[in-house]
Amino acid sequence: MNSLILRTVAPVLTALMLLFSIFVLLRGHNEPGGGFIGGLIAASALGVYGIAFGVTAVRRAIRFHPMAIAGAGLMLAALSGLISIFFRVPFMTGLWVYPQILGVEVPLATVMSFDIGVYLVVVGAIASIALALEQEPGPTIGPEEKH
Amino acid sequence: MAANAPAVTFIALFLPFLAALLAPVLVRTLGAKAAWLLALAPAMAFLQFARFLPEVAAGEVVTGGYVWVPSFNLSFSWFLDGLSLTFALLITGIGALIVVYAGGYLKGHPLQGRFLGFILAFMGAMLGLVISDSFLMLFVFWELTSITSFLMIGFDHEREAARRAALQALVVTGAGGLSLLAGLIFLWNVTGVTQLSLLVHVGDGLRQSPFYFATLLLVLGGAFTKSAQFPFHFWLPNAMEAPTPVSAYLHSATMVKAGVYLLMRLNPVMGDTPAWEILLPFFGGITLISGTILGLRQTDLKLMLAYTTMASLGLLVMLTGFGSTYAVEAAVLYLVAHSLFKGALFMAVGAIDHEAGTRDVTKLGGLRSAMPITFAAALLAALSMGGVPLFFGFLAKEEIYAALAAGNPRAVFFTAIAVVGNALMFALAFAVGLKPFLGRHVETPRHAHEGPVSLWLGPVVLAGLGLLAGIFSGVAHFYISSPMASAVVDEKVVIDISTVPHIGMPLLLSLVTILLGLAIFWRMDKARAWVVQFVDALGIGPDRGFDYFVRGLVRMSAAITRFVQPGRLELYLTATFILLALALLLPLILAGEWPTLPPLPDLLLVQEAAFLIIAAIGIIAVLRAKNRLTAIVSLGVQGFAVAVIFLLFGAPDLSFTQFMVETLSVVILALVMTRLQLWSRDHRPLPQKLLDSTIAIACGLGFTLLLLKSLQTPFDTVLSDFFNTYSKTIAHGANVVNVIIVDFRGVDTLGEISVVMITGLAVLALIRVRSRRGAKEGKL
Repeated sequence: MNSLILRTVAPVLTALMLLFSIFVLLRGHNEPGGGFIGGLIAASALGVYGIAFGVTAVRRAIRFHPMAIAGAGLMLAALSGLISIFFRVPFMTGLWVYPQILGVEVPLATVMSFDIGVYLVVVGAIASIALALEQEPGPTIGPEEKH
Repeated sequence: MAANAPAVTFIALFLPFLAALLAPVLVRTLGAKAAWLLALAPAMAFLQFARFLPEVAAGEVVTGGYVWVPSFNLSFSWFLDGLSLTFALLITGIGALIVVYAGGYLKGHPLQGRFLGFILAFMGAMLGLVISDSFLMLFVFWELTSITSFLMIGFDHEREAARRAALQALVVTGAGGLSLLAGLIFLWNVTGVTQLSLLVHVGDGLRQSPFYFATLLLVLGGAFTKSAQFPFHFWLPNAMEAPTPVSAYLHSATMVKAGVYLLMRLNPVMGDTPAWEILLPFFGGITLISGTILGLRQTDLKLMLAYTTMASLGLLVMLTGFGSTYAVEAAVLYLVAHSLFKGALFMAVGAIDHEAGTRDVTKLGGLRSAMPITFAAALLAALSMGGVPLFFGFLAKEEIYAALAAGNPRAVFFTAIAVVGNALMFALAFAVGLKPFLGRHVETPRHAHEGPVSLWLGPVVLAGLGLLAGIFSGVAHFYISSPMASAVVDEKVVIDISTVPHIGMPLLLSLVTILLGLAIFWRMDKARAWVVQFVDALGIGPDRGFDYFVRGLVRMSAAITRFVQPGRLELYLTATFILLALALLLPLILAGEWPTLPPLPDLLLVQEAAFLIIAAIGIIAVLRAKNRLTAIVSLGVQGFAVAVIFLLFGAPDLSFTQFMVETLSVVILALVMTRLQLWSRDHRPLPQKLLDSTIAIACGLGFTLLLLKSLQTPFDTVLSDFFNTYSKTIAHGANVVNVIIVDFRGVDTLGEISVVMITGLAVLALIRVRSRRGAKEGKL
C-alpha cells in the first residue's frame, strides 16, 4: 500500500507490537495473556509490516519461512512435555526451576517453554497463511521463491 | 541350552525375519551365493524344531510364550503338537531348499536380494501362523502371509498380468482374512477362550451354541479363500505369475495349506456336526474334480501343477471334513506327501523353464539326456504323486481309499470322486514329470543342459524323501503322521500302513486309479481338446467375474464420490450449515427442552447498550453492504463490539483473543477475496437469498437457544473449583485460563497447535496448487 504515513509508522508499530506480544506471552501465566494471544498479536504485527512494505520485505525481515517457525514451535512444545521423562513423571508435567539471575529469583518452567512453543506455532501458521494470500499471484510461493 | 527353552524357540521363529532383513545387503555384497548363507536361517530353525520330535511323538505338547498385553489377557504364545510341528518342519525344511533354489533361479537378477527377503519374511509369517496359540497372533500372521504372497506374486511388477494376479490374490485372501477375524471373534465370544490350545475343551459348548453355524461359515470363508477352494479357487492359477520358487513354496507346499491347517486345527472343536460333514466334503469334492479337469486343459507345466494343487487342496478339505479317524489319517499322509512331491515337481519345472527357456509341454521333449538329475527327481516325485507303491504318495492313497470305501451311498459317492480325481492327477503328474523328458528331442528356445547344484538340490531332496518316507514308513509314522493325526482328532492315533500291499478294497481302487490314469495319460491330447471345448462352453468363470466385480466397485465408488463431493463450495457450506442447524434445533424440538426466556435486566448500562447497538449496526451493515469488502469489514465491527461486551462482563482473556481473531479474520478474509478474484459484489437471486437467510437464522436461533438452555441447567462447579483452588498452589499460575491451557490440559493444547500447524500447511499447499494452475493457464 502506497501510503507515506503507513510506511513511516509501520516499522515502529511492528516493533512495538512484537515487543508487546512477547510481554503478553510472558505475563500470561499470572495475568491475562499467553502464547495464543501473543502469537496472534505478533502475526498481526507482521501483517501490518506486510501491508506497508510488501510480502518480500516481511519474508526477508523474519529470515525463516513462517512454516519453519511454526514447526520449531511445535517441536519446542512437544519437547517441553517430554522433559518429564527424565524425572520419571507423566508426560507434560510442569517442572520448575528458580535460578538466581543478577540477584533476582526468576521462576522458569517447562510450561513457559511450552507456551513459547504455542506462540511460535500461532505466529508461524497465521503469518504463513496471510503472507501466502497477500503475495501477488505468481508461479510459486514460499521457499522456492528466490530472486 | 535346553531345547525347550522358550527363548530358543522364539529365536527360531524370528530367524527368518532377521534373515529377510539381511538378505538385500548380503546379496549386494556376496551376489547369488548369499542364498546358501541365508538358507542357514531356516535350516537352523528346522533343527531347533526337529529337537521337539521325540517329545511330541510321545504325545506331549510343547508350549511357551511371553506376556504381551497383560491387561487384555493377551500373550505372545505358541504351542507345538503333532500338527503344528509337522507344519513347522515342512515350512523350515522346504524353506531352506527353496532359498537355495531361488539363489540359482534368480541368479543375476537385479532384485534378487529383495526377492530372498520376501521369501524369508513369508517363511517367518507362515511359521508364526502354524505355531501360534493365541487367536490374535494367528490372525496377524495369517494376514502377513497374504501380504507377503501379494508382494511375491507381483514381484515382476512391470508386467500387468503379475500386478493383476497379485491384487486378485490379495483381495480374495484379504477378504477371507476378514471373514476369519470375524469367525475368531465369534469363537472367542461364544467360548470365552482366546487360545487354540484351550479350545478343545470347549468344543461341545460351541457345537450347541446358536452361533455355531455363523462361526463355521466365517471360519470357512477364511480357510476356503486361503486354500483356493471352489468358488474362490481362481486366484491360485493366476498366482503362477510369480517366479517359480514362490509357486513351489507358497502356492503349493505351504501357504495354501494354511486353510487346511486351520480346518485340521478346528476339527476337534467344530467337527463332528452335520454342517461340517456336508460343507467340507462337498466343496472339497467340487474343488478336486474341477481342479483336475481345468488342469487337463493346460499346456503350461506350471499351470498344470497349479490346478493339481488346487485339486489336492480340495481332496484334503474333503478328507478333513469326511468325519472319520481314517479320513483324517489319510488327509495327514496326503498333506505331507503332497508337500514333498509338489514342491519337487514345481522346482523341477522351474529348472526346465530356466534351462530350456519354455515350460509349454507341447514344445518340450527328450530332455532326459540333457537334464538327467532333474529328470530323476521329477520322475520320483511324479511316481509319488501318482501313488505308485513304495512311495509315500501310495500310502496316502491307500489310506484315502481305506477311509472312504464303505457300503453307504455317501461313501460310494465320495470314493468315486476320489478315484476320478486321483486318476486325473496321476495323468497330470506324468504329463509334468515324464513328458518333457521322453520322446524325440525337441528344439527349445535355449540349449538345455543340467542346471547348477542349487537348481536340482531341492527337487532331489524332496523327491528322495518321498521315497524314503514310503520305504521307512514306520519311522515316518512314528515321528510325523501319527502325532499329527492324533492332534487333528484329539485322541491317540497310531498309523501303521506300510508299502507292503494288502489285498483288499483299497488296493483294488488304487489299481483302478492307476489304470484310469494311464488311459488318460495315453490319450492326453484328445482329453485336452475335449476339456477345452467343455470349459469354453461354460462361459465366464469366477476369474472374469472378479474383473467385473472390481471394475464395478471402482465405478460405484467414483459415482458416490461425484455425488457426495460435487466440488462446489456453496453446496458444501449449505450442507454444513443445514446440518448444523438441525443438530442444534432437533434435540431441543424432540426432547421439548426449550429454554425459558430470561428476564430482561432492569437497568441496562449505557456502555452495554451502546455496544449492543454497535453490534447490531455491524450486522445490518453486512446485510446492506454494496460490495464484499464492506461486508467483511462490517462483520469485523460486529465482532469488535462483542469483544468489548466480553470485556465489560469480566472476561479479559476471551475478549483479548476475540479482538485479535476478529482483526486477523478481517485481514485474511479480505486477502482471500482479492486472491480468489471474486466479483466484488455478492449478487444472489431471490430464492437463493431466501434459502440462505433461512439457514442463517436457523443456525443463529439454534445457538441462542442452546446457550440459553445451557445457562439454565445447573452448573457443575467441580472442575472450576478444582482449577481455581489448585491453579496457584500446584501450577504456580494466577491466570487460571492460561494454566488450563499450558498445564492442566496441556496435551489438548499440544493437539490443538498441531492442528493449527497442519491447517497452515494445508492452506499453503492449496494456494500453491492454485497458483501453479494459474501460472500454467497464464502461459497457454
